[in-house]
Amino acid sequence: MPAFTSAEYLAILLSLKVAIVATLVSLPFGFGVAYLMTYRQFRGKLALDVAVNLPLTLPPVVIGYLLLLLLGQNGFIGRYLLQPLGIRLIFTWKAAVIATAVVGFPLMVRSIRLGMESVDERLIQAARTLGAGWFDTILTVIIPLSLRGIAAGSALMFARGLGEFGATIVVAGNIPGVTQTIPLAIYEYASSPDGDRMALALCLVSALISVVVLLLHEYFNRRIAGAD
Amino acid sequence: MELQVSLQKSFGDFSLDLAFTVQGERIGIFGPSGSGKSTLVNLIAGLQHPDNGIIRLDGELLYDSHGATNVPPEQRRIGIVFQRPYLFPHMSVRGNLLYGYKRSAQANRRIDFDSLVAVLQIGHLLSRGVHNLSGGEKQRVAIGRAVLSSPRLLLMDEPLSALDDTLKFQIIDYLKAAGEAFRIPYLFISHSLLEMRIMADQVLVASDGRIEARTTVEDLARSRMGMSPVGYINLLRLAHPRRVDGISAYAWGGGELLISAASDRPEALFELSSKDIILIKQHPGAISARNLLDCTVSGTFQSGNKVGVELACGDGRLVAEVVQEAARELAIVRGSRIFAAIKASAFRLLR
Repeated sequence: MPAFTSAEYLAILLSLKVAIVATLVSLPFGFGVAYLMTYRQFRGKLALDVAVNLPLTLPPVVIGYLLLLLLGQNGFIGRYLLQPLGIRLIFTWKAAVIATAVVGFPLMVRSIRLGMESVDERLIQAARTLGAGWFDTILTVIIPLSLRGIAAGSALMFARGLGEFGATIVVAGNIPGVTQTIPLAIYEYASSPDGDRMALALCLVSALISVVVLLLHEYFNRRIAGAD
Repeated sequence: MELQVSLQKSFGDFSLDLAFTVQGERIGIFGPSGSGKSTLVNLIAGLQHPDNGIIRLDGELLYDSHGATNVPPEQRRIGIVFQRPYLFPHMSVRGNLLYGYKRSAQANRRIDFDSLVAVLQIGHLLSRGVHNLSGGEKQRVAIGRAVLSSPRLLLMDEPLSALDDTLKFQIIDYLKAAGEAFRIPYLFISHSLLEMRIMADQVLVASDGRIEARTTVEDLARSRMGMSPVGYINLLRLAHPRRVDGISAYAWGGGELLISAASDRPEALFELSSKDIILIKQHPGAISARNLLDCTVSGTFQSGNKVGVELACGDGRLVAEVVQEAARELAIVRGSRIFAAIKASAFRLLR
């Protein structure tokens, strides 16, 4: 195995950082959207459903490009929200987080929704008639009973985040030490003449992280099942 | 407790249109499945909303479609015991029991945790998870959970229909014990006349989304006698039998009733169908039926094409049924003397 330089270590760390931050940032929103889709009736529910699931069917490059248009200096959000606040997202690791979050979001929402739909409606009704308000019911009944869905959604989002390439390269670029994650580094090595061994080594690291994530997910799943 | 309901709700081709005011502690809502009973429970508890109407409990407006009042379920203080227990699977028995208790206002807490646990006999289950309980234990915990939230009104939505007969009467005992100990007014919803007889005083009869009649359980049982395949069920609570030649002799009505079914409990509940009582004008001398009771006709009533005969046998009361022709031949009128023959095997042990 070739010796990693600081650039590779940074890529590994950045990959983990981007995937973790994207998962954590998405979790409340994912939960909120799954909650709306499962328990609320409102106008525009179908539109929300389509919007949330769109990244699943769009090519990641398209998502990246749309984000670039939206968040860039001439984009709607970029010009009117980010610039006045002095925030620059494009070609920073934060842009990679946003790209990862958007791409993984439908996977997360789907899993949480499945978890919520498996909670018996009568349990929720029982909680309400026993004096629990909606927020209380969410905290004490819905979240604990859909924990497997939440864990699965987070694991999926994290794993998807580790592999994110298309949207990230467009919106965050491929700057070693700044926005270069493992897939981007592999891409760079794979397209350079002597980079094969390094690309392969990074592939191994990537596979290793994925296996660890899956094992952790399975472990938590069993613990939750045991607690039930 | 006074509950005033006047509401309409439609779903597809079914419509619910109810208007009633009931006062009392033990109220039954009787009707076949599909008559809208469970929807009524959801509407009263605030889990569903009527298309229009009002719901008022003890003078407090809970729902009013015109004034836009809609008290959320958690503030109505109306508890529900569902057909199945629906215990929270991620909590222990204690956690389930205390869920509503912890959320009730201090001033409203009328039920003491320890005495409830004693009444329902669930003390040994408290630290267990709910997955390891039997069906009867689960339902007892569900009853305890609802009672401990100190509701103003308890809605029991077919709480016994998922249980087998043995368990059913065991749970009835607990329900009655909890009802007597804690005096929580309830609405008992069921399609079983027998359960109604045991659990309710007044009954609203629901049919096709309407309240068809309002009556007492006794009148309901009598009115159904004529069309029921089992007739009128006499319920006899008997105690401390003596064993005679392999059958049990229970003190009743100043004499004794001989019953084949044996109970290992000091007190037992038996049912006896009005169809299993044979009426005889004169003493037959000898008869194979082990019970021959000397009775007076204290009243008669009509039910379908049958005549119900109220019998006073000492201080015991029974209802027998005969067809019109037999009533004429026996010259049954109020005050006439008649013998009732009942086989020892005609009594069915309920509990």
